[in-house]
Amino acid sequence: MAKANMTPTRNAMPTQDPLVRAHNFSEVALGYSEEVAIDEANRCLNCKTMPCVDGCPVKIHIPEFISKIKEGDFEGAYQIINKSSSLPAVCGRVCPQETQCESKCVRGIKGESVGIGRLERFVADWHNTFCTEEPVRPESNGHRVAIVGSGPSGLTCAGDLAKKGYEVTVFEALHTAGGVLVYGIPEFRLPKAIVAKEVDTLKKLGVKVETNVVIGKTLTIDELFDMGFEAVFVGSGAGLPNFMGIPGEALSGVYSANEFLTRSNLMKAYKDNPDTPIMKGGKVAVVGGGNVAMDAARTALRLGAEKVYIVYRRSMEELPARREEVEHAEEEGIDFKLLCNPVEILGYRNPEDPRDPKNGFVTGMTCVKMELGEPDEKGRRRPVVIPGSEFTLDVDTVVMSIGTSPNPLIKSTTKGLEVTRWGGIVVNEDGLTTRDGVYAGGDAVTGAATVISAMGAGKTAAKAIDEALSK
Amino acid sequence: MYKILEKKVLNPTVVQLQIEAPLVANKARPGQFIILRVDEDGERIPLTVAGVNPETGAVKIIFQIVGSTTEKLSHKNEGDYIQDFVGPLGVATHLDGLKKVCIVGGGVGCAIAMPIAEALHEMGAEVTSIIGFRNKDLLILEDEFKACSDTLRVMTDDGSYGEHGNVTVPLKEMLEKGEKFDMIITIGPLIMMKFVVATAKPFGVPCTVSMNPIMIDGTGMCGGCRLTLNVDGKKVTKFACVDGPDFNGYEVDFDEAMSRGRMYFGYERHKHEETCNLFKKEVQ
Repeated sequence: MAKANMTPTRNAMPTQDPLVRAHNFSEVALGYSEEVAIDEANRCLNCKTMPCVDGCPVKIHIPEFISKIKEGDFEGAYQIINKSSSLPAVCGRVCPQETQCESKCVRGIKGESVGIGRLERFVADWHNTFCTEEPVRPESNGHRVAIVGSGPSGLTCAGDLAKKGYEVTVFEALHTAGGVLVYGIPEFRLPKAIVAKEVDTLKKLGVKVETNVVIGKTLTIDELFDMGFEAVFVGSGAGLPNFMGIPGEALSGVYSANEFLTRSNLMKAYKDNPDTPIMKGGKVAVVGGGNVAMDAARTALRLGAEKVYIVYRRSMEELPARREEVEHAEEEGIDFKLLCNPVEILGYRNPEDPRDPKNGFVTGMTCVKMELGEPDEKGRRRPVVIPGSEFTLDVDTVVMSIGTSPNPLIKSTTKGLEVTRWGGIVVNEDGLTTRDGVYAGGDAVTGAATVISAMGAGKTAAKAIDEALSK
Repeated sequence: MYKILEKKVLNPTVVQLQIEAPLVANKARPGQFIILRVDEDGERIPLTVAGVNPETGAVKIIFQIVGSTTEKLSHKNEGDYIQDFVGPLGVATHLDGLKKVCIVGGGVGCAIAMPIAEALHEMGAEVTSIIGFRNKDLLILEDEFKACSDTLRVMTDDGSYGEHGNVTVPLKEMLEKGEKFDMIITIGPLIMMKFVVATAKPFGVPCTVSMNPIMIDGTGMCGGCRLTLNVDGKKVTKFACVDGPDFNGYEVDFDEAMSRGRMYFGYERHKHEETCNLFKKEVQ
């Protein structure tokens, strides 16, 4: 075996040039080559205690798969990841590794941690490119399970159960499977072909995907049981977008991040002359500091905006987005207005001519500057308005990316399903809700969180469903 | 894919289709809507259900050709398929306990008002219907309304059919005469609904309006369909797709809804012209 690579820094991820990629929707990060992957794998010390695995919500056997890369056995590495994760090509791209597996890596103490996420992506892409073996459909065990929603939690739960022989049907409200992976996360960060490939793999395992079915409307959870499903997993995802409640949020040109991204991603408004319109060009302010805000800002740039701001009320230190996305956004020229908070969105109004087509459109956004005060109960320093610091940003489009509240459709049509004060579905440690046979996970339970934590919840529920039904 | 079982052209700009969608047909109730896509890469548009037949699995939709998507849809024929069809979405119109109701429909909005009038009639309620159109050529569903209304008033803006004037004229006249409706249910252009509400207000009659804003998913995800209600002096944001489409007319901020409705007006007009030209070329 090769000697451990003791270079303190990790191998850089090759990316498209920032000035080029700011104008296209192709993937930003290009992935490691085989040589670079092996070199990076050799930085792993194969710790006996495996701290990295503790940091992974789905407990991928990280040192084990990295050892396979060191040997050049990339398919072997894939098979190890595949035991724990149904969506490695997705997670390698969108997981916040720096706060999960990589944050626990011993190499991170005196230098940079091993690029675990980059290696995971490499392995998944290698498999998708070179492996021609079709997944084998396991023999049916005769049990039927319904999954509500085809996002990361639902796909994971479906995959785990299908591998055990369950007959799984996934119900999706939209016209394409993938949930947030197709409507939310943009092409340049997660190519849709990768999601389609993962869904396709599940179909080959026998998973049925029914699009255009809204559970809670087209069919209720009770009807799913009547149809012969023995357990139901609800992974219906995040719900209604939050707004700030400031004047001007109803003006034309104000979007929720959900709407802006759905128009561009799912509805393909980024293409030339699309059927679904979106406001392109001009100056854009995205309010918020999460991954979704970064996605919206960088999408706006690629749609042709001349200037894009991120407006966030705390400082860079508190900004919750994945570090790599922030760096990419900065390189591409997104202007971070930190310690800033909007107080009003301004609109055009021509009192002379009510038919003026510009009436009702955004002309700017008034903000105040903030400073960080005392830490709140969660330990985050509370932003406080600096008196007299008002200023106006000259923008035509505002995208609100300040979180979501859970979707009301399922709770309002399912008797006995308890929800929290803010609307999240109540579950126990197995993902079981207050309704017999109904499990839930992902954003529908936690509120807006990460792809990988949703996958973790899907996995937990799959295990619990298997235990309950195989009794 | 969803099959078109029947097509009827109701007037030069309004088309009725029966779409095979058994799950939707089983569930849909008056006031609910569906979302469809005509083809791959097509736009998602909401249309209110105009009737269902659970036996045949058919869902009736009636739409006006206003943009490129409805233009494309109008060129589909019996036996053709459309890409996607999902529903029923939204909350059904609350009809329980209503005994005497005035239905006010305008233009293609009458297609949505009609199943509500029918349901009320079947419940044994006394139904007064006022339906209005720009002119005689645009009149739709007169016979259907006649069959389910105790009183029917047909209005045209130019007087080319029925009575001359808009729908608020007979409404005001009836209210002034002392007609006591439990509820006025109005569906049509925003400006018409705004004036129906204003007409009803002095008489204190509860007034339900059906909002049809821009939306994408229709399931409470995108927030594009948001509208502002003034509830007891407080501004409240609601989402037409999950909280509506019906709202208390006295609370809706119509001016804001009209302004938001115009957001893509320029784009739509351009796109519609382009689509029309494509079809014209095909014909040549």
